[in-house]
Amino acid sequence: MSTRIFIPADMLAIALGADDIAAAIADEAKKRGETITIIRNGSRGLCWAEPLVEVQIENTRMAYGNINKGDVSSLFDAGFLTGGVHEKSLGPTEDIAFLKSQTRFIFNTCGLYEPSDVDAYMAHGGFTGLRAALDKTPVQIVDEVQTSGLRGRGGAGFPAAIKWRTVLGATGPQKYIVCNADEGDSGTFSDRLIMEGDPLRLIEGMTIAGLATGATVGVIYLRSEYPIAKTVLETAITRAHAAGWLGADIQGSGKGFDLKVFVGGGSYVCGEETALLESLEGRRGIVRAKPPLPALEGLFGKPSVINNVITLCAVPDILARGGAWHGALGVGRSTGTMPFQLAGDVKYGGLVEAPFGLSLRDLVENYGGGTRSGLGIKTIQIGGPLGAYLPPSTFDTPIDYETLAAIGAGVGHGGIVVYNENTDMREQARYAFKFCAIESCGKCTPCRIGSVRGAEALAEQVPDMQLIEDLCEVMVDGSACAMGGMTPIPVQSAIKHFPNEFAARQRTAAE
Amino acid sequence: MNGWNEKKSVAVIEETFKAGASLTGALRALVDTFGYVDEAAMTPLMKTFARSRAEVLGVISYYEDFRQSPPGRHVIRLCQAEACQAVGGRELTRHAQEKTGLALHETSPDGALTLEPVYCLGLCANGPAALIDGQPVAQLNAAALDTKLTGFEE
Ligand SMILES: Cc1cc2nc3c(=O)[nH]c(=O)nc-3n(C[C@H](O)[C@H](O)[C@H](O)COP(=O)(O)O)c2cc1C
Ligand code: SF4
Ligand code: FES
Repeated sequence: MSTRIFIPADMLAIALGADDIAAAIADEAKKRGETITIIRNGSRGLCWAEPLVEVQIENTRMAYGNINKGDVSSLFDAGFLTGGVHEKSLGPTEDIAFLKSQTRFIFNTCGLYEPSDVDAYMAHGGFTGLRAALDKTPVQIVDEVQTSGLRGRGGAGFPAAIKWRTVLGATGPQKYIVCNADEGDSGTFSDRLIMEGDPLRLIEGMTIAGLATGATVGVIYLRSEYPIAKTVLETAITRAHAAGWLGADIQGSGKGFDLKVFVGGGSYVCGEETALLESLEGRRGIVRAKPPLPALEGLFGKPSVINNVITLCAVPDILARGGAWHGALGVGRSTGTMPFQLAGDVKYGGLVEAPFGLSLRDLVENYGGGTRSGLGIKTIQIGGPLGAYLPPSTFDTPIDYETLAAIGAGVGHGGIVVYNENTDMREQARYAFKFCAIESCGKCTPCRIGSVRGAEALAEQVPDMQLIEDLCEVMVDGSACAMGGMTPIPVQSAIKHFPNEFAARQRTAAE
Repeated sequence: MNGWNEKKSVAVIEETFKAGASLTGALRALVDTFGYVDEAAMTPLMKTFARSRAEVLGVISYYEDFRQSPPGRHVIRLCQAEACQAVGGRELTRHAQEKTGLALHETSPDGALTLEPVYCLGLCANGPAALIDGQPVAQLNAAALDTKLTGFEE
C-alpha cells in the first residue's frame, strides 16, 4: 500500500521551501522504489515547525519538523516511511504539546487533508452544520447563534446574532453576506491559515449566514497579499458547487447560495467594513458615515452581513453542536474559543486556539516559550497595529474582551507580537503614527494630519510630550473610525509603560 | 508580463465589466495582466464604467497595488510591519536599500529592480518576510537577500 505523506502548501510552508521538499521526497521515493502518495495539506498552525512533514502510519500521523531539502535522504535512511526516528522527529502530531493542549473546533480539521477535498471534509464532520441549518427556519438559526454568544473576531467583538437579526428583519429583493478577509493586522494570520487550509469551512459558514438572513449572494473580500488563498478558495468554491453544496438548490433543499472572491487593492483601512464596501463597489476606500448601518444599507445599498473569516468559520460547529455548547466555552460574555496568533520574536510561533480566559503568560511563555532570539521579553503588542503595548507585569491578566479593556487593551483579531529587550519603544510609538499616516483614508483631519505631526514629534531629540498627548486626544475625539481613533492606544500604552524612553536622548530616532 | 498591449487591455476591461466587476475589479485585472495601469487605459475605463477622468484617477491613486508605471523586471516587497520589526525587519530593509541604492517605492534606472514596502504578509511567526517576484519568503536575512540579488544579475 502506498504511504501517505503530508506536506503543507500554505503560504508559510511554501515560503520555507515546501514545494522543493515535496519534489525532493517524490524523487527520492522513486529512486528507492518506494510507493508514496504526497498530499499537499493545509497548515496545522505549528509555524515554528514548518515545513512540517507528516507520514501516515495506520491511524497515527508521525511528524517531522523544520524539514529542508537536505534532510530528505536521511529521512528515508531513518525509515520515516514506517515512522522511523530521525533527529527532526516530533513524534505523533496529535501528541505535540503545543497542539495537544489546545481546544480546537474552528481549526480542528485544518491541515488534516487536501484543502478543497469535499469528501475528506465531510468525513471529518464537514457540512453537518449546514445540514442542520437547512432543516431550520432563519429565526431558529439566528437564535442558535445568539445562544452561542458568538462575537465578531475581526476586532470589534460585536455580537454576530444582532447583525444577523437586523439583516433578517430588513426587507429587500437582494441581501448579501460579505466576508471580511482583509486581515491587515500585523501579527495575525488565522484567516490566512483557515482559508488556505480549510476553505470549505468558510464556505459552509457563509452559506449558513445566507440561510439565516435570506441572503443568496456572498463575497469574500480578500487582501491581495494572500495570493495562495485566492487560488485555494476558488478551487473550493468550484468543488462545493460540483458537490451540490453551493448553487441554486443546495442538496435538493430548494434553497440557494452562491459566492465569489474579490481581491483588494493593498489598503489597510479597506478592512474597515464601510471602506471595504466602497472598495467592492469600485471607489476609493473611504470610510462611510454610520448610520445607515451596513446591515440595512450595505453592499450596493442592500442589507448586508459583514463578518470576519473566523466569525463565519465558528458558525458550522455552532449549528452542528448547538449554541449552548459554544456558550459554555470561555468566560463571561467572551464565549467560545479564540484562535490566537503568536508572532514576532517568539520561539514557538503559530496558531493557538483556546477558550477565552487563559492568561497572556500562558500564551507567551507556556505556548510561545519566550523569545526566538533568547533575549528577555520587553513587551507584547496585542491586537494588531491599533493594539496596546503591554509589559511583562501585566502577563497574568486573563484574556477576555472585558478584562483586557479594563487594562486599556483589546483582543482585536487575536494577534500577539512579542518584542525582546532591545526594542526601542519610542520608535514603536512613532511607527504607530507613521502607519496611521500611510493608511489613513483622509476623511478626518485629526487622523490625516495628527498622525503625521505625531510621527514628526517623536522623531525629535526632545519630543514634546504635551503635544503628543494633545494629538492623541484630538484623534480619539475627532476620528470617524478606529484607524485614527485607536492609533493613540499603541502610542499612549508605550508612553505609560515605558516612560523613560520618551525622555530627551542623544541620538535621533532611526528611520 | 511583457509590456502594455492596447488591444488586450481593452479586452480585459470589457471582460471584467461583463463579468459584473466594478472599476476596482477591472484595475485589479489590468495590474494582474500587465503589472500596472497604463495612461492609455484611462479612456476605455472612463467609458466602460461611466466615470470621470478625475474619479478613475482618484481610484487608481488611492490603492497601493494599482501602479501607474511598469515595475522593474524583479520586484522585492519587504514587510515593514510590527512582527517583522521585532525580528530585524528594519535592519533588513536598511540593508536592502544600501545594497541596491534604492529607496522604498523606487525602481532602478535600468528597470531591473523595484523595492517596495508591504505591510504584513501573514508570515508573522517566521519573519522577516518578503515577496520576491511574487514568491513568499520567510526567515529572510541579509545573506539570503544578497544571494537573491546576485541571482537577478545573472
Ligand atoms: C482600520 C480598520 C481596519 C479593520 N480591518 C479589519 C480586517 O482586516 N478584518 C476584519 O475582519 N475586520 C477589520 N476591521 C473591523 C471591521 O470594520 C468590522 O468590524 C468587522 O469586519 C466585522 O466583522 P466581525 O463582527 O465578524 O468581527 C477593521 C476596522 C478598522 C477600523
Ligand atoms: S479615522 Fe482616519 S481612516 Fe478612519 S475615517 Fe477618519 S480619516 Fe479615515
Ligand atoms: S508582520 Fe511581517 S509578515 Fe506579518
